[in-house]
Amino acid sequence: MNLSEEMERLRGLLKRRQHERRRHDTWLTYQIARNKDRPRTRDYLGFLIEDFEELRGDRLRADDRAIVGGLGWFDGRAVVVVGHQKGRTLDEQTEHSFGMAKPEGYRKAQRLFALAERHRLTVLTFVDTPGAYPGVAAEEGGQARAIAESMLSMARLSVPVVATLIGEGGSGGALALAVADRVLMQENATYSVISPEGCAAILWRDAEFAPQAAEALRPTASQLLPLGIVDRVVEEPRGGAHQHPEAAARRVHDAIAEALTELDALMPRERRMLRRERFRKLGVWGGEGLLPE
Amino acid sequence: MAVTVEIERLGTGPDPRRWTCPKCGHDADPLEFRKNWSVCPTCGYHQRIGARERIAQLADDGSFFERWTHLRTMDPLEFHDLEPYPERLREAQAASGMTEAIVAGTATIASVPCALAVMDFGFMGGSMGSVVGEKLWRAAEAAVDTGLPLVAVASSGGARMQEGALSLMQMAKTTCAVDLLNDARVPFIAVMADPCTGGVVASFVTLADICVAEPGALLYFSGPRVIQQTTREELPDDFGTAERNLALGHLDAVVPRAELKEKIARYLRLLKGGGQPDGLDRRGTARRRGGRTRKLARAATARVAAAFKDSGSEPVGGDGASPGSPEEAAT
Repeated sequence: MNLSEEMERLRGLLKRRQHERRRHDTWLTYQIARNKDRPRTRDYLGFLIEDFEELRGDRLRADDRAIVGGLGWFDGRAVVVVGHQKGRTLDEQTEHSFGMAKPEGYRKAQRLFALAERHRLTVLTFVDTPGAYPGVAAEEGGQARAIAESMLSMARLSVPVVATLIGEGGSGGALALAVADRVLMQENATYSVISPEGCAAILWRDAEFAPQAAEALRPTASQLLPLGIVDRVVEEPRGGAHQHPEAAARRVHDAIAEALTELDALMPRERRMLRRERFRKLGVWGGEGLLPE
Repeated sequence: MAVTVEIERLGTGPDPRRWTCPKCGHDADPLEFRKNWSVCPTCGYHQRIGARERIAQLADDGSFFERWTHLRTMDPLEFHDLEPYPERLREAQAASGMTEAIVAGTATIASVPCALAVMDFGFMGGSMGSVVGEKLWRAAEAAVDTGLPLVAVASSGGARMQEGALSLMQMAKTTCAVDLLNDARVPFIAVMADPCTGGVVASFVTLADICVAEPGALLYFSGPRVIQQTTREELPDDFGTAERNLALGHLDAVVPRAELKEKIARYLRLLKGGGQPDGLDRRGTARRRGGRTRKLARAATARVAAAFKDSGSEPVGGDGASPGSPEEAAT
């Protein structure tokens, strides 16, 4: 028997097993991230923010319930909080459009970011959305520009900005609230350019391949950390945040508090420059050595 | 030989030696059609064109200097759907003769110098991955460093799924590039060509100082299929067209391809102020202008303070008379 052939066969087997394991793990993460009982933005506000005062409306035409925002105290400092809000019961889910924001939601966020900047208040965001609301009225009401402007207004802030991904981080709708100095991500949250179902429908031409697509997209916190897309993975209680919401919130609290301690040491101008630099570096490309620039 | 290849590429009808309009059925000589900006002479149908043809149409002859050609696409996720990502890349490169979905550099447009970045829908649907984002960033940075305006022609299906969340991050990155341009007061003009959807429209494109589209171009963030699948809404027949977007207030103009070059040049001259096109040799104009603005602001502040002193009122604090009100500051 040829030893090297046998080695080759075993290596192939191992690789396939690792593949299957990763597919299983990634899909499980998606199930946990989307779990109905997982703590949502409002739950974290209850645990982390004292005297929360909700502020509503985009001051143009509507109040989008898919985004909740307001003022409150975090560790003795006044903060502006903005986050996606999903519902739990069917009625709640309908009220909050399953956490899918419309242009008025992103404009409410911008209005609150401006408020924070004017009064020098720290900004905390919580990301939990399948993506921006896909509807005719949303599109024709300027969805694209609303998302772009939300990102730009975050990029321009000089106050500390910390974003925490607590559930599903779906596409541009999620990123619209995540152009932050520090991006924290819970262990079982996901962050992806497209939903696994959407990706499977396009690349596999069949939404049934969602678990395969999920694995290929590498949307979990531990996979995104080495790429610099998130700065810190926040551990969750065994089995997921829904098993022990209060313990999960304690860990989120500690991670945000540590991030803020770092950011407090910076000048307002520095924060803005470093935030821009953070996003400028994102991406993987080669060929730098080929041509002198 | 080269001519045959060209004709084959252009031909969409059964006869590869003729060009047939898919909209009105008009039959034309392919070379005549191409001379007509690849626009149907009868019904005005704008056929999609690649980055090279676009640059040939917009840039003055021989003025385009391509840069950042050395940047190479990687496969950081080892992405594998029905085919591995590197395989799809190779196919796209062989079919298009390009290395990525964007070509960027400097050029003059009707004698106005600018940084120019053009996306190509023919390369993996013009999707935005790390290299597209990086080239856009460098084009913006070069614009800021030289004081030249940036012109971007976008034609893209959105983010490149094969680069996962890294491609999503290009939305934030290109948005930061716009922030860089705005800070330096460098003009930025975006042209949306068919189709312009997903990630690119929800980032740098719609943040441009002036945003125009070609007739008939489809522009949206979420497409008809996604909308119907998720919300089961009825879509208007002309959903997402440039003309409808213009009426809704999302565009500055719908510009036919034949007029695009002159239009861009006119915008650039106006944004640069006084119709004086900046020569390529006048580097750092934007930064100098920024400096002058700050100096003027300081001088104005000093004047206002002096005026307060003369009138005997205190410029800061005091009672409800609000000495800082605009009326008083104007005196």
